[in-house]
Amino acid sequence: MSYSPELSSVLKSLQASNGDLLRVISSGREHVGTLMPHHDFSDPDVLVLKLKSGYNIGIKVSADDDVSVLERAARREPPRREKPAAEGRKRVAIIGTGGTIASYADYRTGAVHPALSAEDLAASVPEMADLAYLDPKVLFSIFSENMEPRHWQELAVAVSKELNDGAEAVIIPHGTDTMGYTAAALSFMLGEIPRPVILVGSQRSSDRPSSDAYSNLMAALRFALEQDVAEVCVLMHSGPSDDEFAVHFGTRVRKMHSSRRDAFRSMNVPPLAQMKDCEVEFNAPCRRKSDVEVTPSIELQKDVLLLQYYPGMHASQFSNLIGSARGVVMSGTGLGHVNRDMVGLISRAVYGGTEVVMTTQCLSGATNLGVYDTGRDLINAGVITVMDMLPETAYVKLMWAMANSDDVRRTMTTPLQNEMGERREMHV
Amino acid sequence: MSEHELTCGIEIHQQLDTTKLFCSCRSGLVESDEGTFLRRLRPTASEMGEMDRAALLESQKGMTFRYQAPQGVSCLVDADEEPPHVADEEATDTVLTFATMMDARIVDEIHFMRKLVIDGSNTAGFQRSALIAMDGRLEMNGKTVGIQSICLEEDAARKVDAGDGEITYRLDRLGIPLIEIATGPDMHSPEDVKEVALRIGTLLRATKRVKRGIGSIREDLNISIPQGARIEIKGVQELRLLPLYVENEVKRQRMLLRVRSMLQERGALPVATEPVDVTESLKGSGSKVIRSALKSGGRAFAVRLPGFAGVLNGEDGALRLGAELAGRARTRGVKGIFHSDELPGHGITEDEVSSLRQSLSLEDGDAFAICAADEDKAVAALRMAAERANEALQGVPEETRDPLPDGGTRYSRPLPGAARMYPETDVPPVTVTQERLQLIRDNLPELPDETIRRLVVEYGVNEQQASQIVRGGNDAAFERIARTLELPAAAATVFANTFPEIEREGLDVNAVPDDDVLRLFQMLSEGRFAKEALPSLLREMASGKAAEDAVSSLGLSSLNEDEAEAIVRKLVQERADFVKEKGMAAAGPLMGPLMAEMRGKVDGKAASELLQKAIKELLT
Repeated sequence: MSYSPELSSVLKSLQASNGDLLRVISSGREHVGTLMPHHDFSDPDVLVLKLKSGYNIGIKVSADDDVSVLERAARREPPRREKPAAEGRKRVAIIGTGGTIASYADYRTGAVHPALSAEDLAASVPEMADLAYLDPKVLFSIFSENMEPRHWQELAVAVSKELNDGAEAVIIPHGTDTMGYTAAALSFMLGEIPRPVILVGSQRSSDRPSSDAYSNLMAALRFALEQDVAEVCVLMHSGPSDDEFAVHFGTRVRKMHSSRRDAFRSMNVPPLAQMKDCEVEFNAPCRRKSDVEVTPSIELQKDVLLLQYYPGMHASQFSNLIGSARGVVMSGTGLGHVNRDMVGLISRAVYGGTEVVMTTQCLSGATNLGVYDTGRDLINAGVITVMDMLPETAYVKLMWAMANSDDVRRTMTTPLQNEMGERREMHV
Repeated sequence: MSEHELTCGIEIHQQLDTTKLFCSCRSGLVESDEGTFLRRLRPTASEMGEMDRAALLESQKGMTFRYQAPQGVSCLVDADEEPPHVADEEATDTVLTFATMMDARIVDEIHFMRKLVIDGSNTAGFQRSALIAMDGRLEMNGKTVGIQSICLEEDAARKVDAGDGEITYRLDRLGIPLIEIATGPDMHSPEDVKEVALRIGTLLRATKRVKRGIGSIREDLNISIPQGARIEIKGVQELRLLPLYVENEVKRQRMLLRVRSMLQERGALPVATEPVDVTESLKGSGSKVIRSALKSGGRAFAVRLPGFAGVLNGEDGALRLGAELAGRARTRGVKGIFHSDELPGHGITEDEVSSLRQSLSLEDGDAFAICAADEDKAVAALRMAAERANEALQGVPEETRDPLPDGGTRYSRPLPGAARMYPETDVPPVTVTQERLQLIRDNLPELPDETIRRLVVEYGVNEQQASQIVRGGNDAAFERIARTLELPAAAATVFANTFPEIEREGLDVNAVPDDDVLRLFQMLSEGRFAKEALPSLLREMASGKAAEDAVSSLGLSSLNEDEAEAIVRKLVQERADFVKEKGMAAAGPLMGPLMAEMRGKVDGKAASELLQKAIKELLT
């Protein structure tokens, strides 16, 4: 909500802007404070003032109340900062997509500003700037829930350029909501890479002292520089403590909690590596660093659906959608099941040329369509099974496979970037 | 003290008895230390984007925190693993009620702020706080005390351990709602301070929504005297000590002003702050402190304090600048310092003192301070001490001090600067509607004076007892017992006399839940024990026992008639000669031993009757 027309005109006539010192006399009491930006959830008739004590208060102001400007806001220039030296140091590209690495709050206005330039970063995270030359670029700045496949493509191009220009590593701060999708997409699109690409996020905003942004970024930087790994990974906390991190294969990782720092988990396999302070323990083999040139395949067949099966889902509701889509990834129940009605629809869609891939909404465990009748019917219907691949990863891989392979079935069923496997350990 | 000689303001933080402010955990303290995790807090860049590298390094050293998250009283919100929920309505209503009682101006929209705190006591690195009302007033004894602000905020986690570069906190206390009431600097005597604090406490208790017991209320005092400075004494928990803290602080500031004049008369100049290595002079010292420090690889340092002799500890302890120097020094991690006014002593000999004075080129009238510890710490500690000595030349420095149990205080840290606050955007602002305010006005709690009057009229309690019951915040419990069990006299005695007595012994009897006290009285009315046993039982319950357990642990159970008669008869037989000699008059003297024997299992009146009966039998 914004200001009411009455309040807007009062402020306009005074030419009052945010940061100006105002005096407001309302209901017989006087308040002096700095005008704060209108809060989205504030009442339209309410002015927010920052008092001398630092507290913000909301005061209802009507047209007959006395409002005056005591002092205009002073213009404050941010200080000039030196660009850090680049020669002789390893260059780590930091490609911003919208998740902020470092930010600071302006206590005068309450606004939170991201640190965007190399100078900003060197000033905000000096201990990291000591380890390598941090070279930030802002590719785009959007909430990750608004990201689309075309953003993944842009990102893949930018990342391969950095790697081919000799960057020691590429670190990508990313919103946590869809970080798993982007990581999977980059894994397939980039293919063989010479050095690591690490996505990091923060579950607690970086303007606050407890933010996990810094420790995640620092861990990512150390991991990239000190370990012989050339994979697309996601690095986040592995527990509530700030000294333990997990590095996940981009194709195996999923956000499994809405808010905890350790929300990201590798599904069906252990994380690639576990870090505790400076110690790193690997759980799996991986690609090593090399000099290979990146030749990305960024084409995607975007006409693919990801659907979660639920009891009550009927062919009549979905026949147009599924019938006309080029590809569908179903997240079925249990070993990969849907109801009879849907089996019929899937069969018709496959016959009509739609690729259908089956995964399990259990997320853990592999699909197996050979065990029950429903499964066998689905096999006969022409569904592609992909072992223990996550539904989200299958969605991304199908888009990529359909645009980059002549034999989609073969590509989907062949492990390419650690996204699926034959074995799952028994953990007691 | 006349009106102008002392200016004091207080800030009261009272825990509210509702669920936590930003989540639905119940608010209570527990003993469990389960569920620990580790965090580091990063100081955020200043508003212009600067990160002070020195500050960053400094902070990285000390800032590892361990948090214990006990079940039931802490959750993901407290662990900063989930965003805060909307502010608790009951807590908000309680603050609005109190603001209305103080006739304060309530804001039209409540905005919660993040107040940066990076000592680890808040997991997010900030405390959430909102200003609810301003410019209220409290009328007392014909005087008006301004209530400058009333805020609603969350309590901090409590420190349970501190070790090497690591502090451990428990999250049970984090998030408990606090009402913060700040008065204006309107008090001018120690008695004023106590009366105002008492009055505010009583009015808060009238809302029936505040927690009871030790630690549920904390007071900060702001004191200054003319030519002195504003000192904050933070975290006083015992109300009755308030006047003592005020008096002692006035004394301390006056002492410092005297020290300043003395130093000025002597022409003392600012001292050099760089310490000098004097390990050689103290190598062979017999002082335990010095020897142990040197043995573990430390060194001894000294600073010259020309002109400071006699003010560090002089005039028979009246002048004590030395204690202030030591207070600053200790913030650098050393156990303490020695200064020349207390030497020779502490194992340091006259000869060693002479040798030091010589090597430091000191004259009569000059003082020095020494410190033996790990080199970096000793040097830093003495620098702090020297800086404090220089501040003494100006007068009284502004600072925050910690209260000590004996009524004294010690240096804690510099006065905080303007708090860095910015909006808590995860919690939406709350509109204070006219409807809500009207509901609150229509339901204001009964004021203490009315309650006292009513207790006198309805229950026949005398005014003094009624007053004490209300002051102690026990009127609700009293009424329940008086009404449902018809035991007003016993209840009045317990609340008006027994409770304060037990409190004075240092036991937390106010933390015993009302339901438990009611249970105790129920058992009394069932005849499970005699009323004489009440004080002992309450003492047991103050240590955490439930009423039933207290009764069994004291071995109390009702004595039936036969058992009681048997005890009486036995006693009378034992004292047969005495009884024959005194006749019925023996009853009086024998009551003492008899009651000791009965140990509260029989009512005094009943015991006396049995005794008289038994004596009569013996005599016939």
